[in-house]
Amino acid sequence: MLTLRLAWRNITGAGLRTWLNVGVLSFIYVLVIWHQGILLGMQRHAVNAMISDEISGGQFWCRGYDPFDPLTIEDSHQNIPTDLLSLIDEETATPILVRPGTIYPKNRMQSILIKGIDPDQRILDIPSSDLQDIPHRLPVMVGKTMARKNGLTQGEEFVIRWRDADGTFDAIEGHIVSIMDTIVPAIDQGQIWVPLADLQELSGMAKQATLVVVDQQVRGLPAAKNWVFKDQANLLRDVNDMVNSKRGGAVFMYIILMFLAMLAIFDTQVLAIFRRRREIGTMMALGMPRIRVIGLFTLEGILLGILAIGVAAVYGIPALYYTAQKGLPISDDTSDWGFAVASRLFPAYSAALITGTVAIVMITITIVSFLPSRRIAKLNPTDALKGKLT
Amino acid sequence: MSALIRIQDLTKQFPMGGRRFTALDGISLEFERGEFSGLVGPSGSGKTTLLNIIGALDNPTRGSAIVLDRDTKTLRHREAARLRNHNLGFIFQTFNLLSVYTVFENVEFPLLLLKMEKSGRRKAVMDALEWVGLTDKVDMRPARLSGGECQRVAVARAMVKNPKIVLADEPTANLDAENSHNILKMMIGLNREFRTTFIFATHDEKVIGYLKRIISLNDGQVVRDEEP
Ligand SMILES: Nc1ncnc2c1ncn2[C@@H]1O[C@H](COP(=O)(O)OP(=O)(O)OP(=O)(O)O)[C@@H](O)[C@H]1O
Ligand SMILES: [Mg+2]
Repeated sequence: MLTLRLAWRNITGAGLRTWLNVGVLSFIYVLVIWHQGILLGMQRHAVNAMISDEISGGQFWCRGYDPFDPLTIEDSHQNIPTDLLSLIDEETATPILVRPGTIYPKNRMQSILIKGIDPDQRILDIPSSDLQDIPHRLPVMVGKTMARKNGLTQGEEFVIRWRDADGTFDAIEGHIVSIMDTIVPAIDQGQIWVPLADLQELSGMAKQATLVVVDQQVRGLPAAKNWVFKDQANLLRDVNDMVNSKRGGAVFMYIILMFLAMLAIFDTQVLAIFRRRREIGTMMALGMPRIRVIGLFTLEGILLGILAIGVAAVYGIPALYYTAQKGLPISDDTSDWGFAVASRLFPAYSAALITGTVAIVMITITIVSFLPSRRIAKLNPTDALKGKLT
Repeated sequence: MSALIRIQDLTKQFPMGGRRFTALDGISLEFERGEFSGLVGPSGSGKTTLLNIIGALDNPTRGSAIVLDRDTKTLRHREAARLRNHNLGFIFQTFNLLSVYTVFENVEFPLLLLKMEKSGRRKAVMDALEWVGLTDKVDMRPARLSGGECQRVAVARAMVKNPKIVLADEPTANLDAENSHNILKMMIGLNREFRTTFIFATHDEKVIGYLKRIISLNDGQVVRDEEP
C-alpha cells in the first residue's frame, strides 16, 4: 500500500517524463488493438460473406470431392440421394454440379470449373436468378474478380468446352448475362456459373450433383449414403487458417509495437535507476529494504502502463468506435489474398481482443519494469549515496 | 549496561586495482547515549567510511561494530534496514531530499516506513518542522528551498522518528556560516531535549566548536579522542 502510494507520487511528481511515457504506451495500446481489430473485422467479414454466398448451413459433398484437388473434380458427380431431394423440394437445400471445362475468352484458353446452380434457389445470396429465362444458350454468370482478371464484360460471348459423361469433348457458346458482386474467391475465381439443368443435360449427368448446399435453418440433417456432410465450422476452418496465415505481417507489426512498449519502459527504468541512484541510496539509508525499493521501481513502471490504459481509453475508444462504424477503405488489390476481403473494412473489437492486448502489454511492462530494477539489489547503499553505480 | 555503540578492532579495506586499500585500520571506540561527538580529520582519513559502518550501510572487513546490541556484520539486508528505520537518522552533506515529494512528505517518509498511523504521523511531522522552523514551507518541493532550508528539512527528517542515533556526514559543508550555526544550535537543542546521540563526520571548524567529544582520525586510525 505504501509502495503503491510512493510509486504514484513518484510518477505523478515526475511530470513531463511520465506523460511522455504514458503517451507512447497509450498509443501502443490503441495501435495494437486497432490493428488486431482490423484483422478480426476482416475475418468476420470473410466468414459472413462465405456463409451467405457459399456455404450457408453446410454442404453435402459427394464422395471423393475435394475442391482443393482438381483431379477429384472429374469424377465428383453422383445422383442426388432421395433424402436430399426432399430437402431440395422444400427449398431448404440446393444442388450444385461442378464440372471441369475450358473457356476461350478473346481466343485465350483457360481451364475453369463450370458450376451448375438452380436459378431459382434462394439458399445462397448470389444472383443466380439472373440465369433465369434467358433466351441465350448458354447463359453464364461470373464473379467480379474473374471478370476483371480476364477482361470479361456483360454480354460477352466465348466458347466453353467440356467433356461429357462418355468422355467426348463438346463445345457451346457461353454468353455472360450476369457479373456477380461477391468477395468470396471460392465462388468467383477460375469458374463460371450456368443453370444446373443445362449443365446436367450438356454433360449427360441428369439428376446428378457434386454438392448440395443446405440452408442454415435446417435442423436434423438426413444421412445421405455416399455423401459426406461438411458443417459450417469445417468449411470455415480454411478461411480461418488463411486469415491466420495473413497474420504474418500482423505478427511482425505486433512485435514491433511490443518492442516499442518495452523500450519505452525499459529506457525509463534504466535511466531512472541511473539518475535516481542517490535517491535509492537515500531511501535505503532511511530504512527502506532493498526489496521494497525494487518493488517501488517496478510498480512505477506498472502504474505507467495502467495510466496509459486510461489515456488510451480517452482517445482510443472514440477513434476505434469511429473506424468500426465507418469502416476503412481498402484500395489495394486484395483478390489474390485467397479469402474474402471487402472493399470497405469494418474493424471488429472483441472484448477478448481488448483484454488480451491489455493483459499482454501489462505483462510485458511488468517484466520490463522488474528486470532493470533488479539491479537495485546489487546496488551498494554507500555507493548509491555517493551517486555511484556498482 | 553496555555502550550504545561499540566498535572493536574494526578494519575496513577496499579493493583497489588488485591490491587492497585500508581505509580504517583497527579502530576501537565506544559511544554512550546522549553524546555529541564528531569524527574529524583530513580528507580520506576514513570518517565517512566509519559512519557508514555504524549506520549498517557498509560492512567491516575485520572486527565488529555493535550498534544497539546488534552486530551490524551479522545483519541481513532487511534487518539492517529495520535497524536504520527504527533507530538511526542520517544527515548528508548533499541533503538528499526526495525531489518529487514536498517538505512534509520528505519528513513523513521515515514514518511511512515505520507504518505509523496517519494522525500520529501528521503530528510528528509538524512537530519536527516546528523544531527546524519550517512550518510555513510544508507544501513546497525541495527545489524551491534554499540550501539551509533543505538541510533543516533533512534534520527534521532524521529527527522525526526520534531515533537513538543521528549520523551526520559533513552536514554544514554546503551551508554558509550563519546557516551552519543555526543547524548546529538546533542539533544541540535536540541532543539536550531527547538525549539523542549525534555522531558527526566533519572537518568544519564551526562544527568542531560545538562538539563535546572530538575523535581525530588519520589514515584510518584514531589518533586522538578528547573531550574539550
Ligand atoms: N568504495 C570505496 N572504494 C575504494 N576506496 C574507497 C571507497 N570508499 C572510500 N574509499 C577510500 O577510503 C578512504 C577513506 O574514505 P572516506 O570517504 O571515509 O574519507 P573521509 O574521511 O570521509 O574523507 P572526506 O573528508 O574527503 O569526506 C579514502 O582514501 C577513499 O578513497
Ligand atoms: Mg567523507
